[in-house]
Amino acid sequence: MMLFGSIDPALLLASLMVASTPILLAALGELVVERAGVLNLGVEGMMITGAICGFAMAVNSGSPALGFVAAAAGGAGLALLFALLTQFALANQVASGLALTLFGLGLSALLGQGYVGLKPPATIRLNIPLLSDIPFLGRVLFSHDLMVYLGLVLVALVWAVLKYSRAGLILRAVGENHEAAHALGYKVVRIRVLAILFGGACAGLGGAYISLIRVPQWTEGMTAGAGWIALALVVFASWKAGRVLLGAWLFGGVTVLQLNLQAAGLAIPVEYLSMSPYLITILVLVIMARDKSRAPGSLGRVFYATQ
Amino acid sequence: MLRLEKRPQPSRLWTWLTPVLAVLITMLAGGALFATLGKDPLEAIATIFWRPLFGEFAFYYRPQLLLKGAPLVLIAIGLSLGFRAGIWNIGAEGQYIVGALAGAGVGLAFYPAESWMIFPLMVLAGAVGGWAWAMIPAVLKLRFGTNEILVSLMLVYVAEQLLAAMALGLMKNPDGHGFPGSRNLRQYESAHNGELISGTGMHWGVVAAFIAVIFAHILLNRHILGYHIRLTGQAPRAARFAGVRPARLVLFCLGTSGALAGLAGLFEVAGPAGQVSIDFNVGYGFTAIIVAFLGRLHPVGILLAGLLMALTYIGGEIAQSNLGLPAAAIQIFQGMLLFFLLAVDLLTNYRIRISSREVA
Amino acid sequence: MTEELLAVRGLTKAYPGVLANDRVTFAIHEGEVHALLGENGAGKSTLVKMIYGLVKPDSGEMTFRGAPYEPPEPRAARNAGVAMVFQHFSLFDAMSVAENVALGMENPPALRDLASRIREVSETYGLPLDPQRTVGDLSAGERQRVEIIRCLLQEPRLLIMDEPTSVLTPQEVDILFQTLRRLTSEGVAILYISHKLEEIRTLCDHATILRQGKNVGSCVPRETSAREMAELMVGAAFASPRRAGRDMGPVALDVTGLSVAAPGHFGTSLRNIHFAVRQGEVLGLGGVAGNGQDELLAALSGEFRVDAEAIRLHGKPIGLLGPAERRAMGLLTAPEERLGHAAAPDMSLTENAILTAATREKLTRHGFLKWGEAEDFTRRIITRFDVRTPGPGTAARALSGGNLQKFVIGREVLQRPEVLVVNQPTWGVDAAAAAAIRQALLDLAANGTAVICISQDLDELMEISDRFGALNEGRLSEVRGTRSLSVEEIGLMMGGAHGMEVAHG
Repeated sequence: MMLFGSIDPALLLASLMVASTPILLAALGELVVERAGVLNLGVEGMMITGAICGFAMAVNSGSPALGFVAAAAGGAGLALLFALLTQFALANQVASGLALTLFGLGLSALLGQGYVGLKPPATIRLNIPLLSDIPFLGRVLFSHDLMVYLGLVLVALVWAVLKYSRAGLILRAVGENHEAAHALGYKVVRIRVLAILFGGACAGLGGAYISLIRVPQWTEGMTAGAGWIALALVVFASWKAGRVLLGAWLFGGVTVLQLNLQAAGLAIPVEYLSMSPYLITILVLVIMARDKSRAPGSLGRVFYATQ
Repeated sequence: MLRLEKRPQPSRLWTWLTPVLAVLITMLAGGALFATLGKDPLEAIATIFWRPLFGEFAFYYRPQLLLKGAPLVLIAIGLSLGFRAGIWNIGAEGQYIVGALAGAGVGLAFYPAESWMIFPLMVLAGAVGGWAWAMIPAVLKLRFGTNEILVSLMLVYVAEQLLAAMALGLMKNPDGHGFPGSRNLRQYESAHNGELISGTGMHWGVVAAFIAVIFAHILLNRHILGYHIRLTGQAPRAARFAGVRPARLVLFCLGTSGALAGLAGLFEVAGPAGQVSIDFNVGYGFTAIIVAFLGRLHPVGILLAGLLMALTYIGGEIAQSNLGLPAAAIQIFQGMLLFFLLAVDLLTNYRIRISSREVA
Repeated sequence: MTEELLAVRGLTKAYPGVLANDRVTFAIHEGEVHALLGENGAGKSTLVKMIYGLVKPDSGEMTFRGAPYEPPEPRAARNAGVAMVFQHFSLFDAMSVAENVALGMENPPALRDLASRIREVSETYGLPLDPQRTVGDLSAGERQRVEIIRCLLQEPRLLIMDEPTSVLTPQEVDILFQTLRRLTSEGVAILYISHKLEEIRTLCDHATILRQGKNVGSCVPRETSAREMAELMVGAAFASPRRAGRDMGPVALDVTGLSVAAPGHFGTSLRNIHFAVRQGEVLGLGGVAGNGQDELLAALSGEFRVDAEAIRLHGKPIGLLGPAERRAMGLLTAPEERLGHAAAPDMSLTENAILTAATREKLTRHGFLKWGEAEDFTRRIITRFDVRTPGPGTAARALSGGNLQKFVIGREVLQRPEVLVVNQPTWGVDAAAAAAIRQALLDLAANGTAVICISQDLDELMEISDRFGALNEGRLSEVRGTRSLSVEEIGLMMGGAHGMEVAHG
């Protein structure tokens, strides 16, 4: 307990919000993709591509905002390749997603050559007036950068659109049963391509959040499995936006806690602490595996319109 | 307007032609990439694909082909069994690491005793290590229904941390003056996986890779188990109808691929790499996925694909030192290869027809 | 005469190797029920898909209410006033009735208003349905109602119905016909696709008959005998199977208290099923689709494990055995779904022969495959059952539905089963092949095999079975001899209490 004494709970919770944002963004994007019936295992590749695109743009332009725009574009660009492969060339989604990750890791390493060791321009924190002065809560909730809030807004938006809007209904229909949706005259491929692009953009933003705010610098392979954790998060959340947030906080919490324990000089070797987010992910997958019936009906299946 | 038309059955011709086509397209796209990096594309392509085989220093590079190709083929053969059955082991890199740790651990435990039995024991331990690591996603899948893709992948990151912990802790060379990394197994006769014929690159791992190719070929074409693997991948419901027990297949496919990856790790750590160090693994477990697909999940195809991929590694290194081509360019090149392969694969199962849009 | 609603002139559509529709011409008038009659594969589905905008014709033209009509997509067809109820429902299992209806509409109102309109329409037309229920939990008849209500809410001028009664009990058919008559009295035209002659004679005003894509005639069904229509449809008379006199042996398969929980979210659970089949007997099991047929087959084939004592083969408990062990003991099965269940689509016929025949035909030695023997066995199936294919190396999916079905049935029959269970043996098969398959089953029984035929085709069951039982919501009715059964009794057996409730609802 002595150890925990040296950790400031307000700081811990505040950094939890920060640590959870990248996987939250990426997982939300993937959630939309999977609700449309597509399994894109390339999240890791899109995240790392977003990370370097955002970093390069921010460094060159001096504007973190432009960096995030570039990151979204980069992620979506890579996702477009996946869309071409799976929706037009009808390639296997598992293999295509893996290809995307391998390619994204290589591409980001190439693009990032000149950027190792640089510092990105700082992103402004929004210290929301009055609210941020509230003791404890102010620090935990109301003094973050814009992206943290964007992530939260996106959760609400994805939830509302999927549940209440016509577009959400059609997207779910396509994911549930693509033959039936096609028979009703919905453009299955077009809807899926849009979903895939959205997923790519979200993953790109998540990646850029790591390279621009969380770390902030560029190193090869810096996403270190965050994309895969985001994928696991979607399963954990049973394809529900609200539970993605919950899951992201859980993983954010584990990450922050283990970092704090490392810093506090616990007797356990650092490597074993570093394992913990991955082990927790496996544990959560085991616990959540019962709830499998909620996966979208057409998830991962190739759609080929007869005629 | 282009239109796809499903073939009544997969085209045999295109099955073999698509990988070749994919390689050619990748060379073109890769050439374009190298050109944008300011390198002469022809020079770069020649450096990667021609020099290692027929250039001035080919005598040095050709053995390298076997050294780099063997682990790729060994792992890819294992993966291909699972991929055929729709069982996705993506964590071969982790199994490779754990196999190496287990095998090297056995060897280091005997140090400095010399006996002919040590190396076989290490091989066994390597296989068991990789097998055990692969059993984690297998058992979790069977017991709880977890997704083996995510679990096996998460275990790669765990294995990497484990490797770091070992290299810096338990297996650290006590005579190493504090440097990270284990004793060098190349200097330990009984544990060393050396060249069997000097100057050829032929070591036990290469032998194992060839045996694996033959074993897989017989399994898939001649044995009911291989038939069941193919059946499960193509029509899972028909497989259950035929009486295939999916659980046994999951255990067999994940177990075999884990054991082969573990073997590859052991042969690498006891041979070319020489010691357990933080970064002795260079991503063979992931590249093997490309090899498996490029070889069409076919044993002989994988053998060829593994050699080709080894060539890009070696050629890439030459291009790196001679032309200053960044290492990442080769990684992209390999990624592109898989991309184009998946794209042109369309031709195997579909015909592309040009249909004129009807005039109303 | 009422006004002409839809006219089709010279509509032609070719697929590679087949001329699906060859200059088809006919017209539908307002308030008319127009039958499109033909065998499976005659081109009915292609024709209605063109009318509904799912398929573009190669040539020919259509007019709707006098104006040229060429819908580029279903949306345009719906806007023009054409609605369609599919044979395989285009429904979304995990969604509610209201959401499903909303998806089929162009500009649906808010879900709450929609729910009340669904209630309204369902009451007007006698189709009870709760808008909040999840579609996956509905029976086949209820699912069809979702489709119909989805169409009716758009106030169509033309309603296309593709084989609507194949999933209904006789009582449910009556309800449907009442609804359809009500619609026609309001001026809606109905294009009714079927191959069931009596049904068409009861319901339809006009009939257009298709054979091999061609319009081969038209008639007024009420004034035409079923026999005449059948001849137009099939083109020639064919031999109906003969039943050889046979002796029933001892009980071969005994099922007692068989219960299986539904495997997936939306499957049917089997509840306490009892029956016995004797050697040389054909037991027919009828019932509307989705009442446990697939599950029963899976429980018998060994794909589902059940209590050891629930299934006995020649007195030995086999409930815990897997498919391979049961095959070795002589219990063979042929599931309904040919591609993907009974056969692997991308594998060759030889490989598909190994699928079930490896043990009984001794196609392996120490686990190693004997390809030569397997190919010989495949050739025997091809010859004996007249499977039209270039050879044993052909992929299963390259065969037509009827030919593949002959292969699948032949594969089991040639293994000399002690007990053979078939599910929908002639579904989607042309008349000649269907007759051949039925004859093969009867021949098998004559040689002492116990045959269980699960089918939704009542005519087929009455033709070949000695005793009949019906599945309803996973329960099996009393099993009775076919000779003494009336159509009403069969209907009650199929519908159970469930069907009656609807009839009075």
